[in-house]
Amino acid sequence: MTDVTPYVVLSAILFSIGAVGVLTRRNAIVVFMCVELMLNACNLAFVAFAKQHGNLDGQVAAFFVMVVAAAEVVVGLAIIMTIFRTRRSASVDDASLLKY
Amino acid sequence: MTAFWILAPVMVVCALGILVVRKAVHAALLLATVMISLAVLYAVLEAPFLFVVQIIVYTGAILMLFLFVVMLVGVDASDSLVETIRGQRSAAVVAGIALGALLLVGVAQLSLGTTVGLEEANAGGNIEGLADLLFSRYVLVFEVTAALLITAALGAMVLAHRERASAKPGQAELAAQRVRDFGTKGAHLGPLPAPGVYARHNAVDTPALLPDGTPAETSVSQTLAARGTIRHAPDLADDIEDVQRALGGPAGGAGTPADTSAGSGHNTENPSTGNATGAGGPGASGTTGTGTDEEAHR
Repeated sequence: MTDVTPYVVLSAILFSIGAVGVLTRRNAIVVFMCVELMLNACNLAFVAFAKQHGNLDGQVAAFFVMVVAAAEVVVGLAIIMTIFRTRRSASVDDASLLKY
Repeated sequence: MTAFWILAPVMVVCALGILVVRKAVHAALLLATVMISLAVLYAVLEAPFLFVVQIIVYTGAILMLFLFVVMLVGVDASDSLVETIRGQRSAAVVAGIALGALLLVGVAQLSLGTTVGLEEANAGGNIEGLADLLFSRYVLVFEVTAALLITAALGAMVLAHRERASAKPGQAELAAQRVRDFGTKGAHLGPLPAPGVYARHNAVDTPALLPDGTPAETSVSQTLAARGTIRHAPDLADDIEDVQRALGGPAGGAGTPADTSAGSGHNTENPSTGNATGAGGPGASGTTGTGTDEEAHR
């Protein structure tokens, strides 16, 4: 029986990379992709732990994460498109009206 | 484990690539690589249903939606590497490394014990097992998910819908507005200048030249300008000697480099020379004339 620790380690690495991407990238679409990367890293941990514990609850959780991610992407991309339509920019720095 | 040790470095490299690539399309393709690799890992981890869902829903639907929006929004200049908050990028990298170290130390402190494996749980089939769970213990979550999906669909429709505040202006109103702009602001009355037509390039990304040799910015699409994929018009004429040498001897009178720099203005004054010199004259076209006419109006 193989150990699932490497999968969890990979999941942690991918999650950290996604977090750095959210903090550093400026294009809203790429920021969104990094959020997706973090969600996927969580899914990997869920599936790995499902195998570790020998039941399917982890896989069901990963399935729900995918559903929520799909809903989130649809609304988020619609918001990005609306912002782009009014400001002609997809940069997260340009949507700073609340700051002033 | 072989699949894991092959795919894990690929995934980490691609994920790091998302952090550094400039174009959103490249980031999307790198993310697709990560997601397909993840799907293979799911298959290795005895989750055949999630393997298929990962490919169909994530790579097939979500990522294509990303690409769709990237195409719609256009690749604008927001990928700049200039920091707006000083030190933010290095601070974020340090924070990310700290987070990764925290998670790794946490994982290292775990003693997971022996892996049970899914042979027993998957005995009646993985999909049947998932369905049993979904429609018994997680049925309430499943229903809430349905509500969430409907809300998301409605939200996307509301956000993407654009209500017109006033009636759409017709041709007569647009023409009247143009003349009014010409009278008040001196805006050009005619259509925008067409892109440049040269001996070897007549694509839409080649700007027309003004009489002083500068490219007319309005002659190319704004989207191309935002993407930074506009050809540099004077460069098109720089290698005219090489081309003539390759063709064997001088091809026309207007082909000398000294003439090329001022060529567009010269040729627009009497367009017939453009035809006479044939392929030698860059910018010998009616298109450039449109650009110069606009300048003359101003």
